[in-house]
Amino acid sequence: MSIIKPYLRLSGLEPLVVRPETNFVNVGERTNVTGSKKFARLIKENKYEEALSVARQQVESGAQVIDVNMDDALLDGVQAMTTYLNLMQSEPDIAKIPVMIDSSKFHIIEAGLKCVQGKCIVNSISMKEGEEKFIEQAFICKSYGAAVIVMAFDEKGQADTMERKVEISERAYKILTEQVGFSPSDIIFDINVFAVATGLEEHNNYGVDFIEACRIIKQKYPLVKISGGVSNLSFSFRGNEPVREAMHSVFLYYAIQAGMDMGIVNAGQLQVYSEIEPQLRDLCEDVILNRNNDNNEATDKLIAFAETVKASGKEVKKDDAWRNTSVEERLKHALVNGITDYIEADTEEARVKYNRPLEVIEGPLMDGMNVVGDLFGAGKMFLPQVVKSARVMKKSVAVLTPFIEEEKKNNPLAQQGGAAKILMATVKGDVHDIGKNIVGVVLACNGYDIIDMGVMVPADKILDTAQKENVDIIGLSGLITPSLDEMVHVAREMKRRNMTQPLLIGGATTSRTHTAVKIEPEYGEGVIHVLDASRSVTVAGSLLSKEQKGGFLEGISKEYTRLRDDFGKKKSVKQYISYEAAQQNPVKVDWDNYEPVTPAFTGIKTFDNYDLNEVREFIDWGPFFISWELGGRFPDLLTDKVIGVEATKLYNDANALLNKIIEEKWLSAHGVIGFWPATRTGSDSVLVKQGDANSGDIKLEFLRQQVKKAANLPNLSLADFIKPAAADSDKANDYIGAFAVTIKGIEPHIKRLEAAFDDYNKIMLQALADRFAEAFTELLHKKVRTEYWGYVNNEQLSNEDLIKEQYVGIRPAPGYPACPDHTEKYKLFDLLNATENTGITLTESLAMYPASSVCGWYFSHPQSQYFGIDKISNDQFEDYLQRKGLSRDEAERWLRPILD
Amino acid sequence: MKTIQECLKERILIIDGAMGTMIQRYKLQEEDYRGEKFANWHCDVKGNNDLLSITQPHIIEEIHRQYLEAGADIIETNTFSSTVIAQADYDMQEVAYEMNVASARVARKAADAYTARNPDKPRFVAGAIGPMNKTLSLSPDVNNPGYRAVHFDEVANAYYDQIKALVEGGAQLLLIETIFDTLNAKAAIYAARKFFTDTTGKPDGPGTLPIMISGTITDASGRTLSGQTLEAFYISVSHASPLSVGLNCALGASEMRSHVEELSSIAGCYTSAYPNAGLPNAMGEYDEAPHETGHFIEEWAANGFVNIVGGCCGTTPDHIKHIADYVKKFQPRQLPVLETTL
Repeated sequence: MSIIKPYLRLSGLEPLVVRPETNFVNVGERTNVTGSKKFARLIKENKYEEALSVARQQVESGAQVIDVNMDDALLDGVQAMTTYLNLMQSEPDIAKIPVMIDSSKFHIIEAGLKCVQGKCIVNSISMKEGEEKFIEQAFICKSYGAAVIVMAFDEKGQADTMERKVEISERAYKILTEQVGFSPSDIIFDINVFAVATGLEEHNNYGVDFIEACRIIKQKYPLVKISGGVSNLSFSFRGNEPVREAMHSVFLYYAIQAGMDMGIVNAGQLQVYSEIEPQLRDLCEDVILNRNNDNNEATDKLIAFAETVKASGKEVKKDDAWRNTSVEERLKHALVNGITDYIEADTEEARVKYNRPLEVIEGPLMDGMNVVGDLFGAGKMFLPQVVKSARVMKKSVAVLTPFIEEEKKNNPLAQQGGAAKILMATVKGDVHDIGKNIVGVVLACNGYDIIDMGVMVPADKILDTAQKENVDIIGLSGLITPSLDEMVHVAREMKRRNMTQPLLIGGATTSRTHTAVKIEPEYGEGVIHVLDASRSVTVAGSLLSKEQKGGFLEGISKEYTRLRDDFGKKKSVKQYISYEAAQQNPVKVDWDNYEPVTPAFTGIKTFDNYDLNEVREFIDWGPFFISWELGGRFPDLLTDKVIGVEATKLYNDANALLNKIIEEKWLSAHGVIGFWPATRTGSDSVLVKQGDANSGDIKLEFLRQQVKKAANLPNLSLADFIKPAAADSDKANDYIGAFAVTIKGIEPHIKRLEAAFDDYNKIMLQALADRFAEAFTELLHKKVRTEYWGYVNNEQLSNEDLIKEQYVGIRPAPGYPACPDHTEKYKLFDLLNATENTGITLTESLAMYPASSVCGWYFSHPQSQYFGIDKISNDQFEDYLQRKGLSRDEAERWLRPILD
Repeated sequence: MKTIQECLKERILIIDGAMGTMIQRYKLQEEDYRGEKFANWHCDVKGNNDLLSITQPHIIEEIHRQYLEAGADIIETNTFSSTVIAQADYDMQEVAYEMNVASARVARKAADAYTARNPDKPRFVAGAIGPMNKTLSLSPDVNNPGYRAVHFDEVANAYYDQIKALVEGGAQLLLIETIFDTLNAKAAIYAARKFFTDTTGKPDGPGTLPIMISGTITDASGRTLSGQTLEAFYISVSHASPLSVGLNCALGASEMRSHVEELSSIAGCYTSAYPNAGLPNAMGEYDEAPHETGHFIEEWAANGFVNIVGGCCGTTPDHIKHIADYVKKFQPRQLPVLETTL
């Protein structure tokens, strides 16, 4: 039985599930008129489209939720919120993440909730104006399906101490869960981040109050989330960004450990905790944790330090320090901190220092990226920062690349020993690549050379590149379910190409089981499902280590074999009935009251060089357009808004070519039809009497549906439509008919068109020849119904009715669903003497040549209908072997598609 | 009589098939649609299928009976477009309320007769709440992506009236279906919660009707028309505390399978699925045979993906009969355990 965990689940166009391992949710804060001057200006100037770029930049720099706030006295908040959110919803790259609707005015929040289809967060409601108002607003939020941020604020004011924060949270929790029906996981407490180091001693413990309150609330209510506006903390240090960033970083480091889940913070600007200058970090810790802070001692120290940072102007002092270290240290610093300013000069310096450019990559650059990988793994760096690091890495490598290329030219052996190459791609038909990008960045941080082919990459392109670049591992990603099949396809292609690289499978819909059951059996050189980015590092490491690879793959293979076995056991069996039961459930035909119609002749009749002008009238244009990938109903598609113009052009060209084909006699139509007395002799056998001494009787064998039918529905066999031998023998004989038609003469014209590189007319000619063959079939069938067999009088069917098969009687072809055994075609050809009469030959696979040929049986009984045999069971297969006298191998070869 | 919750624990329930496909068989003309009551209506009403519940109730009842006879446990009222917004196409806004009442009544009449005949298999009437012809998340004007043809409040008010009328007519469930814009569905959920709060004092619980939700994945992208992934859609409507969440329309069973499987793994409530009879052929017709549809759905049942199954466009009583026959031997999907700790 499956389990559903009580996680906070939000949505934009895509889901955001906040799991314990999510670590910290970054809420983008720049789309806030109170926080961003640029954004406020754009909104006030009514430049909404331009203001969208602010949101886009937030998403690109790693925001997982986007906060939108339009609280400005000069703005009509409802109108601004509505306009902006509606526009945002039209931008899939922004709308993919959930929205946090932020306002101190509840009617603006409600206006926002009316614009967003995803599950939002309301920021915020509180008990500031008492319980009644709080409950009313909470009910409204719930009716729109939003999660809520509850500010730790009650009738008495904002909670500042730990006790007050906890007390208000408890009260709000009870009301929301017991009276309003909120799930605990949809409740987020904002327990007020206040400024510390203000000089007022009563403010000194604010950081500790927040962190400790986090811990207590999370212990009591583990399912709720805790948020806060981090930038308030450093309010005293306005204008001194290095100190502020350091404070935020230190604060988050401790608050997240205590249980803080999300915050409005500019993640891209956060300093990495372990990279903060030690002196500054210690001072920040003392202030935030209120240590060594009697008489504001710690506060004063930080203020004094801040002055020095400030005095030296912006971040210069910090910069200077690391600029004076060795080139290796500088490269590492640049990578870890995502600084591109000096990377080109530093890389060049390193290149000169090292013997070979590749050594720079393998040495200092990789060392730096390894630090990034470790910090990310330890939760001390966030994804946006890692992405920045990757950008620094790419810039540095770009400096080195020309030198590496040069070296390769001079010494082809030099390219050996470079970093292992991993190719990554999102498979054809899929556009999702966030996960893949993450894996790529993380792998790059661990020293691999990543070739990212992007999204919607066809198998051929992936594998061509893999072979050309001689990659070590191929990674496939996909999010939507059809991608799974495409991955199977890629695996098959790898086998076909005799490739040897291991194949990694990742992405949201992939699973170990699917990989084990569907993909791994297709490719023997290692197929591994990779759960997430961090796992990808160990998997790649094992695969690239000569010592570990064998054992690792063996372990995977064992595990997948077990998964396959488990899966196989669970599989259900489709319902089939026994052949005997199927035989007892045939089409019920009242033969006693049926008078078979005697054809105008028995034996065969041939048609040579039939008038193509007459055949042309019977052309079904639908399949013609489908072969040109223009779908739709003919003739409506000629006026279709999208394809109409092209379809009309094609239609005109086709008719021009048709005129030419007919006038210049490029092609000719030939056919043969025949009718013979026929009796059903067994449940699925029909005896055809040729009537003259030279040619004996021929017994046709048919198959019967065995799939379990609903009550009163027959298990069909074509034999059901022929009168059985047992039926009243006084009445007239029943008959069966057959036909074969072909269109000849195409070869010289194809050759000529090929020589002229005229693919267009070549394909057109082939398509038209096929249409002629089908049209000729339709024409002859009509003549059979009304004239040669004559079992219907006054048939009034339009061409469209014919296409819909609204005629009486059927003309099924051997090898197609109602009679899937191709080998019955031999008998049909014998009866018609088709090869001699039409020139059609059968290939060893029983395909007809010329390609534009059609053959089939004629059944006249009014109850006869088209159907599919589907699968047959072993009992029928055995019986059929007997009847046909085929060897088992041969029968299996021809019947494989219908064998279970 | 057993409640629907009790029935869902015992077996896979069957929802009926297409109404429109069945109505087409009657080849009704303009005067049939108008009936006596709207003989002099000022514009054409042919094609306004919901109107038939008022002008040709015996036809609608007969179709309901055919589905009940085929084994449907749940039948949908003929109210897919019975909102003031959708009825504007026929200038019949003022008739929308009556359509809902009449449709619910005629469905109840048919269902109650079958329940009376066999009280062990109670039949339920679901008030069908369609997606509307105007959408809240998409702009009809490509040059003005921020524009909306309709406002949330208008949509919510229209659904409020529909829900009120469906309840008046006797609907036992509310089925918000064929959702291609989740925001419209959220307006319907909002309206239902408001209606129940107005009538019972609470948005859910005793005295309110269970809500069933059924979204539409429009193509191979695996997303709704308004761009949401299936999981995002599920998250966006889960506040309705629905009896069931599922998928219908746009896809045949074969194309719907992977989405049904996914939904089954993420939904905390019962799951439903009623696909079209395959994809339309070149003629725009649905030609998947009843046993084909039945076998696809049988496989879902065998895998434990579903609690409620049936058919959408192109399906007939014969399809429903096959589906019902094929799935009855399987246990319904078990509800997942909703854990309360991380």
